[in-house]
Amino acid sequence: MLEIGLGHYLTLAAILFTIGVFGIFVNRKNVIILLMSIELLLLAVNINLVAFSAHLGDLAGQVFAMFILTVAAAEAAVGLAILVVFFRNRGDIAVEGVNLMKG
Amino acid sequence: MLQAAAFYILASTAVISAFMVVAARNPVRAVLFLILTFFSAAGLFVMLGAEFLAMLLVIVYVGAVAVLFLFVVMMLDVDFAALKEGFLNYLPLGGAVALALAAILALTGIGWVTADTAATSLQAPIPADMSNPEALGAVLYDRYVLFFQLAGLILLVAMIGAIVLTLRHRDGVRRQNIARQVGRKREEAVELVDVKSGEGIG
Repeated sequence: MLEIGLGHYLTLAAILFTIGVFGIFVNRKNVIILLMSIELLLLAVNINLVAFSAHLGDLAGQVFAMFILTVAAAEAAVGLAILVVFFRNRGDIAVEGVNLMKG
Repeated sequence: MLQAAAFYILASTAVISAFMVVAARNPVRAVLFLILTFFSAAGLFVMLGAEFLAMLLVIVYVGAVAVLFLFVVMMLDVDFAALKEGFLNYLPLGGAVALALAAILALTGIGWVTADTAATSLQAPIPADMSNPEALGAVLYDRYVLFFQLAGLILLVAMIGAIVLTLRHRDGVRRQNIARQVGRKREEAVELVDVKSGEGIG
């Protein structure tokens, strides 16, 4: 219990990932919280990668975590831009309304 | 002992604030709790010896992404209380999915073994005589330089995409057109009128 090892970090990452998935399911109307939940998922994956990197003594995991961080930042920027455009066109940000492109 | 205390404090802060992110009524509070989550994750990264990633997390997430979220939350004129209405309806489904996922992850955790070859097949062993940022840079700019450039390309595309998406041309806005100003001819601007004495310009 007092010796912090790989398992502790993996458990924490699993809990954070579960919270992220839970957030995606319960916030069906608010796209901003949805995007934040996706950030939580990516953070959980990053914790996993860094924990394994430290456990195995391999830097590749940290490099990969850095790339995930990059892609997450890009995804947040584009996602929020789409959200702003969507809000401009419709006047709200409910996910259920996102069917403008349905045939 | 100290390490364990730090881990439990940071981990519980991360879990509680992550839960508050998805449960908060006010999106501004959700963003602030997201910042707290990332701060505690940065602390955990420091404990794991990944100092550079910890600083990156603070700079990129707290400094850029969270501020971007805050901007968007404050810019959109949405009734956020109405957005929270479906929360209780979706709670059973969300809870069931979350529990199933947690069970799957727990099963994976129980049945998990390390391969014998794991310790010998390291891609980039952590060097003992270098600090973390130095070692990361030596690997990143050497072995992973192509991926590094591709990451830069992704950021460029994301930046251009965000600008293209949100830029709009409004009608009725008078902007300075420097080419037209400079290219103006004398004939367009000046008219010579021969005024007869005592009659004025009719």
